[in-house]
Amino acid sequence: MRQIWDIHGGVHPPENKHQSLQSPLGTIALAAELVLPLNQHIGNPAIPVVRIGQRVLKGELIADAQGIFSACIHAPTSGEIIAIEDRPIAHPSGLSAPCIVLRPDGENRWTDLHPCDDPTLLDHAALVEKIRRAGLAGMGGAGFPTAVKLNPRSTDVVETLILNGTECEPYITADDMLMRVYADEIIQGALLLARIVGSPKEILVGIEDNKPEAIAAMQTAAQGTAVEVVVFPTKYPSGGEKQLIQILTGKEVPSGKIPAQIGVLVQNVGTAYAAWRAVRYGEPLIERVTTVVGEALTVQRNIRVPLGTPVAHVLEQHGFSAAKCARIIIGGPMMGYSIEEPQVPVVKTTNCIMAPSHDEMPPAPPAQACIRCGLCAEVCPATLLPQQLYWYAQAEDFQRLENHNLFDCIECGACSFVCPSAIPLVQYYRAAKNSIRRLDAEKQKADRARERFEQRKERIARAEAEKEAKRLARKKAADEMKSRLDEQKPAAPLPDPVAAAQEKAQTVPDDADGQSKKLGRQLESVQSRLQHLQQQIAECEDAARRDALTAQLRQAELKLEDVRKKQDDLERGVSLPLDQRLQNVAQKIQASPLEAQRNAVATIEKRLAVAVEKMEDAAREQKPTLAAFTQGVEKLRLKLAEAQAELAELERQPISSDSVNPEENAAAAAIARAQAKAAAAANMSAEEKHAEQLQSLRGRVDKARAKLAEAEASGSEHIAALRTGLEKLQAKLAELEQGK
Amino acid sequence: MAFIRVTSPHAHSANSTAGVMRQVLLATLPGLAALTVYFGPGTLLNLLLACTAAVAFEAAVLKLRQRPVMFYLRDYSALVTAVLLGLALPPYCPWWVVVVGIFFAIVVAKHLYGGLGYNPFNPAMVGYVVLLISFPLEMSQWATPKGALVDGQSLPALGEALSKVFGVADLDGYSSATPLDTLRQSSGQTLEDLYRGAAIFASGRWAGNGWEWVNIAFLLGGAYLLYKRIFTWHAPVAMLASLGVLAIVFYDSGSSNSAGSPLFHWLSGATMLGAFFIVTDPVTSAVSNKGRLIYGAGVGVLVFVIRTWGNYPDAVAFAVLLMNFAAPFIDYYTVPRTYGHNKAPRATAKKVE
Ligand code: SF4
Ligand code: SF4
Repeated sequence: MRQIWDIHGGVHPPENKHQSLQSPLGTIALAAELVLPLNQHIGNPAIPVVRIGQRVLKGELIADAQGIFSACIHAPTSGEIIAIEDRPIAHPSGLSAPCIVLRPDGENRWTDLHPCDDPTLLDHAALVEKIRRAGLAGMGGAGFPTAVKLNPRSTDVVETLILNGTECEPYITADDMLMRVYADEIIQGALLLARIVGSPKEILVGIEDNKPEAIAAMQTAAQGTAVEVVVFPTKYPSGGEKQLIQILTGKEVPSGKIPAQIGVLVQNVGTAYAAWRAVRYGEPLIERVTTVVGEALTVQRNIRVPLGTPVAHVLEQHGFSAAKCARIIIGGPMMGYSIEEPQVPVVKTTNCIMAPSHDEMPPAPPAQACIRCGLCAEVCPATLLPQQLYWYAQAEDFQRLENHNLFDCIECGACSFVCPSAIPLVQYYRAAKNSIRRLDAEKQKADRARERFEQRKERIARAEAEKEAKRLARKKAADEMKSRLDEQKPAAPLPDPVAAAQEKAQTVPDDADGQSKKLGRQLESVQSRLQHLQQQIAECEDAARRDALTAQLRQAELKLEDVRKKQDDLERGVSLPLDQRLQNVAQKIQASPLEAQRNAVATIEKRLAVAVEKMEDAAREQKPTLAAFTQGVEKLRLKLAEAQAELAELERQPISSDSVNPEENAAAAAIARAQAKAAAAANMSAEEKHAEQLQSLRGRVDKARAKLAEAEASGSEHIAALRTGLEKLQAKLAELEQGK
Repeated sequence: MAFIRVTSPHAHSANSTAGVMRQVLLATLPGLAALTVYFGPGTLLNLLLACTAAVAFEAAVLKLRQRPVMFYLRDYSALVTAVLLGLALPPYCPWWVVVVGIFFAIVVAKHLYGGLGYNPFNPAMVGYVVLLISFPLEMSQWATPKGALVDGQSLPALGEALSKVFGVADLDGYSSATPLDTLRQSSGQTLEDLYRGAAIFASGRWAGNGWEWVNIAFLLGGAYLLYKRIFTWHAPVAMLASLGVLAIVFYDSGSSNSAGSPLFHWLSGATMLGAFFIVTDPVTSAVSNKGRLIYGAGVGVLVFVIRTWGNYPDAVAFAVLLMNFAAPFIDYYTVPRTYGHNKAPRATAKKVE
């Protein structure tokens, strides 16, 4: 006996598998129309290769894969293409998407297939190509293109191939039925997949112990082969990919990684069957086994159904009563989604169609308060704290949600299932995940825009610096000429004004200008946040939430003040480049109080002018920052009045003697310190600089290499570009290393 | 034809918050029966008063907070609070003591903190402690158990009990020291002497007449809840274990300095009521199983410490409230490790690693 590991948590919902297992695997009459969505898988939608009005044969390619991360689509029967248009598809949010619509001619005539009597003669590439051409995509639920999964990165060695026959969802028996009827072909498929991924050490088929017939059939079929059928106790959600891996191998898939990285590959039994049909008989994926179940039907069973058959047609064939039906669910009761529109088609991933009666699936009771009973945490297979996640999701505290590993939630629904307060926990998690993803995307976009903006600024600054340098060079030449003419003696080596100007030009944009821009952005964002919060508070009815919001508001106000202060500082020159600051201070020391005061008034006047301009700008563009600017202008006006009054006072007084006051000393010391600092920075030796360059270049090479590896694994089109980039970097590095 | 759209899961287990509360109420029945058998109808009156007051207060507050009254009343949580406080109060205590206790439990400890699920402190225990501090006299008059009554006396009948509760007659003659009090005041006697000498011990077996059976009855109720998987074993077992261990350490082979045997501590006072009905309150305890072990053990230690070296006759209420304080802190350090991660996150950490 092989060791079985346990997973954390899990639940035992009523299995309800017997209903659909009473009758043998059946077929239904062809629908009047087959609707084939171009995207039945994860990845790029397929591209139609047929015209409207074209006649096609069963199994003929009608849409080709777009790139590697995609899957082909074939005609499920012979007939005529009557439309290529948007149709409602089976999707949790009731989307419409481009579909090819086929009207069957009833002849069901096959196109020419290319069977292969002995697949062992084909090599890896040929096998993968056959599977790719057959349009295989994971049939367990997600619809991951199979060919991609069979091409793991060169660095990942698959040691364990697992066929998933768990089917832990209640009601669904499609895989169960498939294993009973087609055990031999599934085992052949397993051996085939194993060969494709390089003959792993173990080939396991995981089945829950509530399917004794399927287990017996599979064990018989597996006799004498390298395939081992592993039976383990029934528990939901053992069939989740990560959970199944843990049960069979005891290994956990590290967060954010894929199973191949720990040497495991999981395929659904249905996929193995389809792979065998594709390679041995050349049959593309045009039909699948689906469970049709629920008390709103008179017949409950499993059927082989052509892809594209409308759900409504399937239900009709099983004595469907719309009045009795509580909802229509695609998938099982734990993870399936309900659909509004029964015309949506069956696709490659549709493993179950449920039409439960009202008694069978009554509406959920109203949610009550969370009593922190912890049942949800006990059943969570990902060992999360669902009640905590719920708390943070309500508060929209996205950072804490991520910190509590929200993204490791597999949305299995076990927590909602047990919650005694009937809180729709999963719904909160889905919403929170969506918000976080959206925010991330927005942030990325903003970051990119900012980067572009800053690059542009830099370019302009550089151009200006060059102009200035040229001007200075000309001046220098003129000066030299002049001095030679004047004194006819060699000029002392002057400091190189060209270099100085360039240096200055480089420091200015990211010191003063860049910073002021940054502060401006910050100011805007804080202000819009303030507005948003105020609005929320006004609308909010829940006292607790309002408190939380008020606290956030206060924080935002503090932040606003902070930013304003910084802006003030900046304008007053605190953040100016060092030498300029030194000059300012020196000037201040030299200036008499009277002069200082005059200077102060002048500065304030200047600032006021700028502020007024900004305010007018804001008013014209109706920016939300208008209020802030107005306030700022008002303040400045007050300040100006004060300063002017003081100046008047000073002017009336006789000029005091120039006593050395302590302030001057302090300022002089500050100057000395700053100068020392600048000197130290400038003195970084050439060797050190070289070492630093070397290090950064090495880092870049490493990064480029990692990127290339990733691209190779996922078969991206950028491989070539990345490779040349890497080569260039390596050459540079070598050069630099030699220079040492 | 359009069908409704609902999110998964579409199935829901049969348990509900109201169901949990109903089971808890059911499980208090053995304890209630034992209290009534040994101490007369006083506890029944407590419960009646407490439940009536609790429903009234709850309804009034819900109305003030503009919440749907019936929807929240039907979760039975107010009744559970009332029953637990009623069981903990001395039988035959004056009616206003019960009402004041319930007021603090329901209005202050529960609703002022935001209602069910938001209260950091166990409402019943808050009510109890407020009473203990405000009315020490009324709260320390425990009725004498049936077996320890002096000859010729019998438990009060219902009429008599009513007149005591509503203040017409006082409890004199019926009240006596509880086993915990007796042990505390028994300076100089070995345990053996005490068990032979004091009436309350002499008429009992392990921990004083009546008390031991009341505790055993609560233990039974608790076992039922465990069997029904209403809560996990972690907190109660940890509490009883730590209490027992400390009792063994300080048993002192029954000398005059002995703090009492483990059995004595388990079966006296509110130990079992506390272990299975108070410490298991999900709202105010720690969240994870590991956290609950720590939480329960903390309560056990505090109970022993307060009983042995403190000034109050029983300690469960104080111990529970103190650990309620500590619960968020425990949660902070006991977040479980998520599947696929090497380290557990810190509960309140904000930075994403
Ligand atoms: S199961 Fe429901 S009530 Fe219990 S802790 Fe989780 S969310 Fe709260
Ligand atoms: S839905 Fe997410 S949080 Fe809930 S039990 Fe499943 S994995 Fe855990």
